[in-house]
Amino acid sequence: MNGTVHLGAFDLATAAFLILLDAGISFALRLGVHRQVLVAALRMVVQLLIVGVVLRVVFAGGSPLATLAVVVFMIGAAANEVAMRPKQRLAGFGNYRIAAAVVSAAGIATVILALLTAIRPDPWYAPRYAIPLMGIVLGAVLNGASIALDGVLDGVVRERARIEARLALGTPLRDALGPVLREAVRRGMIPIVNQMSAAGIITLPGIMTGQLLAGMDPMQAVKYQILLMFLLAGASGVAAVGAALYAARSVSDPRQRLRLDRLQPAKPRKRAK
Amino acid sequence: MTQVIRLSARQLASSFAGPFDFDVEAGACIVIQGPSGAGKSVLLRMLADLDPHSGEALIDGRSAQTMSAPEWRARVLYQAAEPAWWEASAGAHFDDAHLAWAGARLAALGLRADILDADVQILSTGERQRLALLRSLAREPQVLLLDEPTAALDPDGVARVEAMLADCRAEGLTILMVSHSPEQARRIATRIWRVDDGKLAQAPDRPADDGEAA
Repeated sequence: MNGTVHLGAFDLATAAFLILLDAGISFALRLGVHRQVLVAALRMVVQLLIVGVVLRVVFAGGSPLATLAVVVFMIGAAANEVAMRPKQRLAGFGNYRIAAAVVSAAGIATVILALLTAIRPDPWYAPRYAIPLMGIVLGAVLNGASIALDGVLDGVVRERARIEARLALGTPLRDALGPVLREAVRRGMIPIVNQMSAAGIITLPGIMTGQLLAGMDPMQAVKYQILLMFLLAGASGVAAVGAALYAARSVSDPRQRLRLDRLQPAKPRKRAK
Repeated sequence: MTQVIRLSARQLASSFAGPFDFDVEAGACIVIQGPSGAGKSVLLRMLADLDPHSGEALIDGRSAQTMSAPEWRARVLYQAAEPAWWEASAGAHFDDAHLAWAGARLAALGLRADILDADVQILSTGERQRLALLRSLAREPQVLLLDEPTAALDPDGVARVEAMLADCRAEGLTILMVSHSPEQARRIATRIWRVDDGKLAQAPDRPADDGEAA
């Protein structure tokens, strides 16, 4: 089998009934998420269609500048998601500063490492490799960073009395924040650990599934997937640690005080996760 | 006893309270009174350098800024009105060295001998409050900032805590304590301060004559 099965509009429309089913369940059980499900589904369709068009153009051109523009846009979008997810917001766009720094550093470092060592396309920035790679790495970075950021910001609010009790006894801030930081990083790394343990047995990873559906040899697809998992694990870990440490720095000061005055009062969020 | 100035505040202020200017002698027991929300806890928290502030606090004439924050807080130790616990058992909140010290003083506070092995969650508020005092004193601070340390105690417990604080003062501990009880203030204060609307009101100050409790 070397041909790929081409999907038509009708095939997609059939599958879309499943989204309506989700919305129907939400409506019937009064879960209140039907609007979110429908909006998310619509958003997904539009986003992917735009991506398809843009990638077709960029791949055809092979211009480094266009590739860079796409990558920067992807990083911006991922950083925005990371910044928006925590309930707690740092004043002065603190969430955005943390998200931008962590997402771009972890994402770019991981992708460049992969392009220069394992994959080595020619030229190394070839959009067909750089862009999808950045996409999947950013997915992992987004998870790791947003969970860790949320974990620290939420953790310091919840554990405020305990942290300050320890500070008041002369405990260094590093030690007083330790439990919150460790828990946040640990939670940030759980998704990738689960993903690795489940890979191949409970789930076929998305990339591999795509390659198999597209007609690639299974062993080739598996090797790609193993490489990707390593990259994702590294990127998640770096992103989770980076986000947690940066967040810890943002809610404290050089006199080792807990500065929850830098958090804005939480506003209710409308958007689905 | 000679009048050594232990703790001083110079223009100590935040957006919530102040500025405060005062000197407290070594071994003094200042009881701070005033309505809720007047800034009493804010004052104690600024003195412990837990809240951002302008101005400065000094111990033995040395500014807080000349030492690390943990070092300052170990010397000028703040105990919140509702002390928090971060380990499961009561004893886990004490270092090994402090554990023996605290164990030897349980009876004096009317606490049962095995209480350090107990789960903090099952202890009464009053038991936790007395344990928190031991936790604070075990670290041998020079100045102890207490926020309503006897609020959850029965009269016997209050008397025991006051007796222990008096013993520590005799060994040189300086105490600033927020209390809503005028009787308590009369019993233990060398000076009574009144904080009103974020300021130190001129209180009916008795002479700063150490040891002359009325």
